[in-house]
Amino acid sequence: MPFISNTDKERKEMLEAIGVARFEELLVNIPEKLRLTQPLKLDEPLSELEVTRRINCIAAKNRHSEAMNSFMGAGVYDHFIPAAVDHIIIRPEFLTAYTPYQAEVSQGTLQFIYEFQTLICELTGMEIANAGMYDGASAAAEALLMASRHTRKEKVILAGTLHPRFYDVIRSYTEDVGLELVIAPVKKGATDLDELAKLIDKDTAGVLVQTPNYYGCLEDMQKIDELVHAQKKALLIAAVDPISLNVLNSPAEYHADIVVGEGQALGNKMNYGGPLFGFFASSFSLQRSMPGRIVGGTLDLDGKRGYALTLQTREQHIRRAKATSNICSNQSLACLAATVYMCLMGRKGLREIAEQSTIKAHYLAEKIGKLNGFEIAFDQPFFKEFTVKTPIPAKELIDKLVEKDILAGVNLAETGMKNGLLIAVTEKKTKAQMDELVKALEEVNNG
Amino acid sequence: MAKTIFEKHSQGRFGYTLPKLDVQGDINSCIPEKFQRKGELPLPEVSELDVMRHFIELSHLNHFIEKGFYPLGSCTMKYNPKINETLVRNAGFMDVHPMQPQCTVQGALELLYELQNDLAEISGMADVTLQPVAGAQGEFTGLKVIHAYHKFNGNHHKRKIILPDSAHGTNPASCTLAGFEVIELKSNEKGKVDIEELKSLISDDVAGFMLTNPNTLGLFESQVEKIAELIHSVDGLMYMDGANLNALLGIVQPGKIGFDVMHFNLHKTFSTPHGGGGPGSGPVGVREDLVKFLPVPMVRKNDDGTFYLDCSHSDTSIGKVHSHYGNFSQNVRAWIYIKMLGAEGLREVSRNAIINANYIMHKLNKYFHVQYDEHCMHEFVADGSWQKKLYDDPDKQIKTLDIAKRLLDKGFHAPTVYFPLIIHEAMMIEPTETESKETLDMFINAMIEIASEAKENPELLKDAPFTTPVRRLDDVRAVKVLDVKFQDYMKIKEED
Repeated sequence: MPFISNTDKERKEMLEAIGVARFEELLVNIPEKLRLTQPLKLDEPLSELEVTRRINCIAAKNRHSEAMNSFMGAGVYDHFIPAAVDHIIIRPEFLTAYTPYQAEVSQGTLQFIYEFQTLICELTGMEIANAGMYDGASAAAEALLMASRHTRKEKVILAGTLHPRFYDVIRSYTEDVGLELVIAPVKKGATDLDELAKLIDKDTAGVLVQTPNYYGCLEDMQKIDELVHAQKKALLIAAVDPISLNVLNSPAEYHADIVVGEGQALGNKMNYGGPLFGFFASSFSLQRSMPGRIVGGTLDLDGKRGYALTLQTREQHIRRAKATSNICSNQSLACLAATVYMCLMGRKGLREIAEQSTIKAHYLAEKIGKLNGFEIAFDQPFFKEFTVKTPIPAKELIDKLVEKDILAGVNLAETGMKNGLLIAVTEKKTKAQMDELVKALEEVNNG
Repeated sequence: MAKTIFEKHSQGRFGYTLPKLDVQGDINSCIPEKFQRKGELPLPEVSELDVMRHFIELSHLNHFIEKGFYPLGSCTMKYNPKINETLVRNAGFMDVHPMQPQCTVQGALELLYELQNDLAEISGMADVTLQPVAGAQGEFTGLKVIHAYHKFNGNHHKRKIILPDSAHGTNPASCTLAGFEVIELKSNEKGKVDIEELKSLISDDVAGFMLTNPNTLGLFESQVEKIAELIHSVDGLMYMDGANLNALLGIVQPGKIGFDVMHFNLHKTFSTPHGGGGPGSGPVGVREDLVKFLPVPMVRKNDDGTFYLDCSHSDTSIGKVHSHYGNFSQNVRAWIYIKMLGAEGLREVSRNAIINANYIMHKLNKYFHVQYDEHCMHEFVADGSWQKKLYDDPDKQIKTLDIAKRLLDKGFHAPTVYFPLIIHEAMMIEPTETESKETLDMFINAMIEIASEAKENPELLKDAPFTTPVRRLDDVRAVKVLDVKFQDYMKIKEED
C-alpha cells in the first residue's frame, strides 16, 4: 500500500504483542451495525505515473496567465516571484513542520514569523502585527470584530467601495454576533465623504475603508482619518494592497488603528484563489484584543535569545469560548513565501515593482481612454488598477477576448456596472502585451 | 540563535532582477503627491545568497516529518507524499486567477467537483463544500449551517450547543463566533459522553451537539446513535469534528451513524502538509436537507459534461467564508492522495493507524498511567501522574511538560500535552499509519528510558531539553517585555 511502511509480517507481530488475533478485535467499541459492510465507492487506485498523467490532463483544461495575456486583479495579482522563494517553501523543514507549539524544536518557524511580523509593521508603519490570517476578507472581518470588542460598540461602517468578496465574508462573520453593518454610499468611484460623515456617530465602533478600493481608485484617507477620529472612540480600519504601500501613504501616516489586507501579491502564486493570506496589524494599545497567533522574542534558560508564541491568553486553546477568535493557524507557509519575497526584493525591488506597475497601468489607461467607445470610468487617482466603461457589456467583451487569448479583466456587473471592466497591470506586463489588449478592444468596438 | 535578516542588511544589496521599464512615465505624473508615501521603506537589503543562507539556517532549527517522528495526538502528522508537491506546481493550477471566465477553468472545476463527491462518499454525507481553509473555519462554517437551518425553520430560540469537556478549544470558540451559547457536558468515568448527564441538558433551545469521534481520548463513542436520538428529538443537529477521521476511513461513514454536519481536516487525514501552521483545508459535509445552506458557490456538472460554479442557493446559503473557493492547491493535493489510495488504500490507512496506536499503548502502559485502558482507535492518552507522584518536593516534582521536553532531546517531537483537559498531565499520542514498527519501537524505548530517568536522574527531565537549538524559553518574559518586531528588540537592547 502506498505510503505505509509496515508489512503483513510486522502487522502480525504487532497484533500479537497487543494480544489480539485479528485487527477487527480492536474495533470492539464500534457497534457492528455502525460499520461499513461494503467498500467505499471510489475510483480504482492510481500509481504515481497514472495520477501524474491524469492531473496533467486536468491542468491542461485550465487556461493560465503564462499562456494568456492576463489583466486579472481585484485582490489576487500576478506579480513576478523570484525562483528562490519556491526553493525555500518546498523545503520539508518548513513544509512538513507542525505549528510551533514546541518552541525548542520550532525556532526556524518562529523566527521567520517574527521577521514576517517585522516586515508587515515596516510596510504598514504599524506597531504590532500578528502571524497572519486566512485571507484579506477574513482579516477584515476579524478587524471589525476586534473594533467592536475594543470599543464595546456594535455599529461598524463599511465603505461601499469595498471588494464584494470582503463584504460577503464580513457578513458571514458578523451577522450572528450582533454587529450592525452600515454601508457608506459611493460617489464617482470613491467613498462619498459627506455621506460618510453623517453616518459616523458615538455608537460607531469602526470604519473600514479599502484603498485602492475595488474600482482601483485611491480613497482620501487623510480626510477619512479626520472624519473617523472626530469621534473619540471610533477606530479607522484600512484594507490595503501591500504592494501599493511602496509608493502610497503608509496607513500610519493617516492614523489607521488597524490595517489588514490580502497578502497573496507578496510572493505567492494565484493558485485559483487559494492559499491566500491576510495580514493584520494595529497600534500597540489594541494588542490584547487582537485575533490570531503572535510570536515574540524572549530568552531561554541559558539566557540565549529565542522565540515563542506570546500573548496566548487571547487564544482559543486557553480562553475557549471567550477567545478573541477561533483561529488556530496562520497560513504559515504563505507567510513564509511573503517573508522570503520581501527580503529578496528589498526596499529597492518593492519600490521598483510598485513604480513599474503604476506607470504601466497609467500608460494603458491613457491608451484605452483614447479609444472610441471606451472611457476611464472615474476621474480619481489610481495605482495599478482602473475601471473602464465598455461599449458592450463587460461579460461579452471578456468572452470575446478569451478567444484572442486575452484575459481582459474582472467584470464589475455585480456592483451595478454592467459595462464596467476592472483592469489590473503588474510589472510583468510588457508594452507589447498592453498594446495587444488595446488593439483587441478597438477591434471589439469596430464589430 | 541565528541573527535576524535585519542584522544582515547591507545598503545597496538586492536579490532580484527585473526587465527595464518599457514605457514612458514617472511616478509623480501618475500619483498626486499627497497620496505618496513619505520617506523610504525600511526593508532589509540583502543578496539572493544572503537570503538563501538565512532561511536554510532557520530551516535547520525545525523538527519536521522527514527528520523524525511526530506523535502528536489529534494532529495526524502523517508523511506527506512528494508527488503532491510536484503536481501542484503545474502552471495550469498555479497561474490561474480565481475570477477567470468559467470556460477557462474547466480543469479546476472538474477536480473540485470530484473532490466534493469523493469526500461525500468517504463521510456518507450528501454534499461537501471545499471553501473553509482550516479546521476551525470548517467548524465555524458547519455551525453557521446549523444556525441557518434553525432560522430557516423559524426556531430563533435554538441558541445552545452542547459539547463534551474533552473538546478541542476551537469548538467553543467557533460556537461563540457563530452566535451560540456553549453548554459543556462532563464526560463519564469511561471518558465518554455521559448519557444521563446529556439527558438532563436536553431542552427545546438546544441547537446541536458537537462531538469528536473517536473522541480526543482516542475512544469511539459507541453510544453515538443514542446521543443522536436525544439531540434529534428536539430537532437539534449533530456536528462531527473530523479531527480524528483518520481512524474511520472505510470503516464508518459519519453521515450514516447519526451525524448531520461534519468538517474534514485535509491537512490531517488527507496528507496535505501542515506548513508550520497552515495553509490547511477544512471542507464541510452535510446531510441532504442542509445542502441549501452551504456557502456559495458549489461546483456542479452540466448535462454536457462541463462544470460550473453554482450560486442558485444564494438565498438560503450562509454566504461566504473565504474570498474565493478555499485553499485550492491544498485541495489538489488531497485529490491526488485519494486517487492514489482508492477505497482499499484508505481503509488500510485507518487499519494501520489503529494497529500502530494500540501497539504503542500496549508497550507503554506498564510505564505510564493510561486512564482508559481499553483498545483505542488511532490515538490514546497516557499521562504523567505516576511520574508526578515520585517526588513530593514541588521543585523536584516531574510534570508531563518535563517528559515532553526530554523527548525532544531523544530526537522525537513531543506528544500533544495537557490536552484533553479532563486528564491531568495528559500526553496524547497518535503515531499515524505511515510510521514503521522500528520507529515505534525506538519511540517506545525512548519513553521507557525517560520513565527510568524520572526515577534515577530526575534533573535530566527537569532541565531538558539540552540538545535543541534553544533550551526552555521564558514565556512570562515574552509577555512582560513585549518584543514582537525587530525594532522592539533594538529598543529593549538599548534600555538594557
